[in-house]
Order: sequence, then C-alpha cells, then structure tokens
Amino acid sequence: MLEGGGLLIAIYVFVLAGFIGFEVITKVPPTLHTPLMSGANAISGITIIGALLIVGSSEGLLTQILGVGALILATINVVGGFMVTDRMLRMFRRDGRRGPSA
Amino acid sequence: MTLDRDIIILSAYLVSAALFILGLRYMGSPATARMGNTLGASGMLLAIIVTLINEEIIRYELIIAGVLVGGVIGVIFARQVKMTAMPQMVAVFNGFGGGASALIAVSEYFRLYDAGTEMSLDTSVTIMLGVLIGTVTFSGSAIAMGKLQEIITGRAIRLPLQNILSAVLFLVILGLAVSQIGFEANPIPFVALIALCLVLGVLLVMPIGGADMPVVISLLNSYSGLAAAAAGFVIGNPILIIAGALVGAAGFILTQIMTRAMHRSLANVMFGAFGAGSGGAAASGVAEGATVREGSPEDLGVLLAYAESVIVVPGYGLAVAQAQRQVRDLADLLEERGVDVRYAIHPVAGRMPGHMNVLLAEVDVPYDRLYDLDQINDDFERADVAIVVGANDVTNPSAREVVDSPIYGMPILNVDHARNIIVLKRSMSPGFAGIDNPLFYNEKTSMLFADAKDGLNRLIEAVQEN
Repeated sequence: MLEGGGLLIAIYVFVLAGFIGFEVITKVPPTLHTPLMSGANAISGITIIGALLIVGSSEGLLTQILGVGALILATINVVGGFMVTDRMLRMFRRDGRRGPSA
Repeated sequence: MTLDRDIIILSAYLVSAALFILGLRYMGSPATARMGNTLGASGMLLAIIVTLINEEIIRYELIIAGVLVGGVIGVIFARQVKMTAMPQMVAVFNGFGGGASALIAVSEYFRLYDAGTEMSLDTSVTIMLGVLIGTVTFSGSAIAMGKLQEIITGRAIRLPLQNILSAVLFLVILGLAVSQIGFEANPIPFVALIALCLVLGVLLVMPIGGADMPVVISLLNSYSGLAAAAAGFVIGNPILIIAGALVGAAGFILTQIMTRAMHRSLANVMFGAFGAGSGGAAASGVAEGATVREGSPEDLGVLLAYAESVIVVPGYGLAVAQAQRQVRDLADLLEERGVDVRYAIHPVAGRMPGHMNVLLAEVDVPYDRLYDLDQINDDFERADVAIVVGANDVTNPSAREVVDSPIYGMPILNVDHARNIIVLKRSMSPGFAGIDNPLFYNEKTSMLFADAKDGLNRLIEAVQEN
C-alpha cells in the first residue's frame, strides 16, 4: 500500500514529529526559553548529516564546495549550540537557603 | 549501500530522534535541563558517527577539514559570547542553520544537473522549498543580527509599497520555482531564484522594529527548523525531518508566546511596522498637568529596609546599564534583613524569550526567585514595595485601562497594585511604544532619576545605614 509513497511517508514523519515537539516544548517553563532556543539551534544543526553525505560522496567541484560550506555552517551550529546551552544551564541554580518553593 | 548497514544506520537515527525528544522533555525543569542538553548532544554525536559508516562516503579529508573549521568557530562563539549578546548569537545560528539547509538543497540540484538526471516532481518541489526557506532564513537572520548588534538601525525601515514589493517578489520567486518543476534543470533561473530569495529575506525583516525582535528571532528559529526538515525531504533522510520538525515546533511555540505577550498578531508584527513613528501623542490616560514625585535615596532606603515583601521588576534597561549585579546585591542585603524578595519577569523583558532569566542567573540570582507574569501578578497587591528598574511599557497600566492606547490589551505586570512603588529611570523619556506611563504619576510612586547602576548603589548605601 505504501509502495512508491516515499514522500508521503516523509510527510507523515514530519507532521507527527511536529506534534510531539509541540507537546513536549509547551511544557518548557519561560525561565528556560533562551536555553531552549539555543538548544534548538544545535538540534537544527542536524543538517550536518546531509552535509557529510554530500561532501563524502560527491564528485563535482561545485557540489563539493557547496557541501563543505554546509558542513562548516552546520558544525558551527552543533558545536556552538550545545556548548553555549550548557554554559547557560550551568548558571541556573536553586536558592539553597530557602529550600524548595514555588 | 548494503541492506545491513542501511538498517544499522536507520536504527541509530531512531535512537537519535528519541534522544532529541527526551532531551527536550528534560528541558521542562531547570533541575534536569543540563542533562537534557547532554542527551540532545549525544543523539547528535550518534547520528554523525553512524552517518560516517555509510558506504556512499568514500572520502574523509574534506569532512575532517570542514568539521575542524566549523568546530573551532563554534567553540569560540560559545565561549566568547556575552550573555547580553545571546539574541545576536541565536540570530546568527538561525542564519547558519538556514544557510546550511539551502546549500544542501542547492548542491543536490547541481548533483542531479551534472548527472543529467531528469528531476521528478517530488524532487524539484522539495529542492525549491529547501532553497526558499533556507535562503530567506539566512538573509533574514543576517538583518535581525545587524539590528540587534545595532550595526543597522533598530528603527523600522520601510520602502514605499513595502508589502506590495515583497508580495510581487514572492510571486516572481514562486514563478521561477514552478518553471523548474518537472522540466529540464536550468541553472540560470535557479541562480536568479536564490538571489531573489536572499532579497526577500532582507525585505521581510528590514521593516520590523528593534522592540519586535523577540518575535522575529523566534520565528526565524522556527524557519531554521523547517529548513532542516526541507533539506531532509530533499535527501530523503528521516532524522533531518524529525529534528527539523521538533525545532520548527519550538520556534512556533515561542513565536506565539511572544506575540501574545505583546498582544499583537504575527501578521501585525511582520507587516504592520510598529515603532516606525506613527506620530502624534497617543492616549495614555495621564491627566493634563499631572506631576511626578521624586523620592530621595535615603527615604526609599528606609522604605525598603523595613518592608516585608519586595518585588523587583527588571527590564532591558537593567541589562543596558549592566546593573544586574547591583540588583542582586540589593536583594541579598534585603534578604539578610528578612525581607522577602522576588523578581517579576515579563515575557518580553529582554531581547529574546527568557533572556532576562539568563541575565539574572549569570549573577547568581536563584531561578526559583524568578516568577513569570501569571505566577506573580496577583501578589503585587500584597507587596510592600515594587521596584521597577529599566522597564517601562510592560508596567504601563493604560494597557489595562485605556481603550485608545496603542498597547491596550497587552498583558502587563500589575506594579501599580503594590503598596509603594519605586521607579528607577534615567529620565522621563517614554519607552519603545512611545507612550506616556501613568504609573510614574501614581501617588504611590517615587521616582529615582539615575542610571540603574548608580541608583541601585545609592539604595544599597541607604539600606545599609538602617
């Protein structure tokens, strides 16, 4: 039934992942919205996978140049994104003196 | 690619996707968020490693070079960026994400072109979509970054017939894209299409004022996710589609939260050119001849020292004056005297969602002292003192009361309900919205005209004398 429906299955995956994202991210409190955003930046660096495939397999000069460009940009996103998010989250601390509240 | 490797790679991608989702789930609380980020990073590392065993990959020299260059730049960015500059950094990263996705789509186009393969309908549609979203994200983010860094004026810049121009441009792009679909690949209109998409990104962000940047960054964040998903459609890779959809959803939710906090629609932010200087005095509910009362630091120090509960309302002016540490010092001093000190954070207190929380976390303000609008608004009436530092429009009661006010309906912090109000401000100049704030004329309000750092230091000294 799904033969030849590659694009349609891809759309299924996209829509369902979007719903999961919506459910999960709605629960992130406002205090973490900046780290959420920089963390999301890092995850959108997933294009590094596409860049790796292009750079590692392509023959033409032009596609290689484009691929290396994509690889550099995506790697900056991945490395910079996860690192800066960690740097921010390290700063978040509870109030030790009062114990749990609110 | 042999079937075995194919299955290994796809299974590993599934694990990566699960790690991304769990990672985002752990972002639900500050106590587990760091762990969540680590889970996300592990998912990414796994995806990268299994991709490298793909048989299609035959050369590693360029890969190593590209990853080294990108990695070093990424580390420098992450280590050097100041917390006040986080919005710019996120804008840059949104742009890079969009750029990378666009480059992948463009490179796939030329790979097919070189091979002389006829493009199927599916392929050409996904390539055009990838190029459009990725490129608009790239150039739009560049402009957003320039505005945040103040390389470009933060004011809304509008060309005559701006919206019509953008619409026409979009139609031309659409026409060019359609002309590529299902026909023989033709690089000249394709390159023109890329150039026009770059222009469109610029045109879309230029007319948006500096105060609306939290919305724009959130929206571009969403686009960078959609661009990654589009790239996933182009190369038929599920992990790109899943991760891209997750990021797209995150950006979408944040965009909604920001527009709601400003009581504006997304269309109004994008095409309304708020803050372009509509001219004329806007209704504010301030009576003619109303006067403000100036308080002396000594008197205000006494007020604070003997208060039971104090709510601090920080705005972006605080960060501009680099006075976060002084706020914390004042709060520490008051807490030592047994005063209950809390912080009320409006969603648009900073230049991006959650920005003020990070700026306060940086100076060791515990996150459980920070309250958002819904959590704290009813507590203002029980607060002895509310101190407003560098915030204006988000405390303006006319948003609640004056129907003609341009900000009417915007959710505000009910600072005017506190028993006493201290407003620390350099001058009487209005905020971004350009409207007067009746809070300053309230009989419970004492104005302390000073630079935030200086004014807070004077309050600290005054409290110490009691």
